[in-house]
Amino acid sequence: MNGQETIRVEISDHKRIGRLADRAFSILGLFATTVGLAVLLVLLIDVFIDGYPRLGWDFLTQYPSRKPENAGILSAWVGTAWLMVLTALIAFPLGVASATYLEEYGRKSWLTGFIEINIANLAGVPSIIYGLLGLGLFVRGLNLGRSVLAGAATLAILVLPIVILASRESIRAIPASIREASYALGASKWQTIRHQVLPAAMPGILTGTILAMSRAIGETAPLITIGALTYVAFVPTPPVSLEPPFIHPQGLFDAFTALPIQVFNWVSRPQKAFSINAAAGIIILLIITFVMNGIAVYLRHRYQKKIRW
Amino acid sequence: MDAAFHVQKLNVFYGKKQALRDVNMEIPAKAVTAVIGPSGCGKSTFVRCLNRMNDLVPGFRVEGSILYQGKDIYSRGMDVIDVRRKIGMVFQKPNPFPKSIYENIAYGLRIQGVKNKEKIDTVVEESLKKAAIWEEVKDRLPQSALSLSGGQQQRLCIARALAVAPEVLLLDEPTSAIDPIATGRIEELLRELKESYTIVIVTHNMQQAARISDITGFFLMGELVEFDPTSRMFTNPKDSRTEDYITGRFG
Repeated sequence: MNGQETIRVEISDHKRIGRLADRAFSILGLFATTVGLAVLLVLLIDVFIDGYPRLGWDFLTQYPSRKPENAGILSAWVGTAWLMVLTALIAFPLGVASATYLEEYGRKSWLTGFIEINIANLAGVPSIIYGLLGLGLFVRGLNLGRSVLAGAATLAILVLPIVILASRESIRAIPASIREASYALGASKWQTIRHQVLPAAMPGILTGTILAMSRAIGETAPLITIGALTYVAFVPTPPVSLEPPFIHPQGLFDAFTALPIQVFNWVSRPQKAFSINAAAGIIILLIITFVMNGIAVYLRHRYQKKIRW
Repeated sequence: MDAAFHVQKLNVFYGKKQALRDVNMEIPAKAVTAVIGPSGCGKSTFVRCLNRMNDLVPGFRVEGSILYQGKDIYSRGMDVIDVRRKIGMVFQKPNPFPKSIYENIAYGLRIQGVKNKEKIDTVVEESLKKAAIWEEVKDRLPQSALSLSGGQQQRLCIARALAVAPEVLLLDEPTSAIDPIATGRIEELLRELKESYTIVIVTHNMQQAARISDITGFFLMGELVEFDPTSRMFTNPKDSRTEDYITGRFG
């Protein structure tokens, strides 16, 4: 074998090894993906088999009870609905306003840099810390008590960094040419933001907010920390009603429970029947989460299809 | 010819970099002024000074003065929003808002607080007619402006600029991103518009400058080398650098 041939053989060996590595990695990758999915699937099937028999109208319309067959999740899902609506009402305006300030108004300075780094850090803080903050600030400091409002405020602070980051990214994606077009027509900065930037960024902002909410919906630790009850045989006063005085803000200050707390409570009981209830509660919680994520995916999809710069 | 702009000793800096040097220019009213020159010569910077679009660029600084109708647009008492409303602009890449065709035109009126639906309808129709695109879009006003072709989008942008009744129209290479047929239509349009508007157009295309402009400025490395009636500049340039550029020896 002369030199040239040796090189040729080496190259073909090298190619063969390359192809093998390629193949090995794709199998490894597939395996890794399957493990994650399979575990999730097994979990879902298991929960579904356990909880399915308990699902039904009764389950949704009954208060918790000492007798597992009578125990339902009425107070829990109403509490969760309350929490989600209030959390969104608090987190959305605060998050969008902060993002708008940081992207559009805040000059690059050490202060905005400092704020930016800390927002990114806050997104990674364990949720129980937010619970302690909520306990100190909202329950005791602002004297809101163990109310729906205190819970929602705590969850809002918890998801605020996510909403801010998603909103900023979405605002940043609006091309400069759109802003220029608006300014060139004699629009002020605020008009440009209000009429062009924010509407164009809104699908992205909404997607981020919904994903943040689907994180908030599963949070248990911070709610327990602020003292949400685990056994609640009433629902918070609805905010509006058909009889005078129509509006009932006192509902905001009622005690509450939420789905994950109810599930946690049932899981920790010894009776088998309660763990069936827990499984059914988990199914409901999962359905709500999947629906929320579905809406987020739908919005993102529509946004990508509709707008091409 | 009456001058719309008197540009005097204009020096422009981006941070430490100087983009324009001692530019003096008298831009005639109701005529087409072309601004030509190789890439990076400062021609875009120059037109973007005329309606203060450069204010948005960080580090931008201006010396000297630009008088529009006798008033310095960079003086302290000048309202930049007013300046931009009177001096409209069309950009290189068509940039319609991601809204309906109708809303694209109506936006300029809405931000001025015009609420009367009939008034807006009238202006939308008039502007689209002036920009010679009405026939193509009159049946699809509620559709997204992004569904139009590039050439149509650019005429829509011209219509949008006309809707706020400006006195001047600045165009920054308006045809460089669209096909020759659409370019022809826009050139034709500009010839009509100069009856009522002062037009300043930046162009890469020397033939375009020769076809549509009355007077041409040639920029090189931030300096205004020559500023003469187009017919003279393209037949008998004074400066040898101008001659080199327009005969295609560089640039």
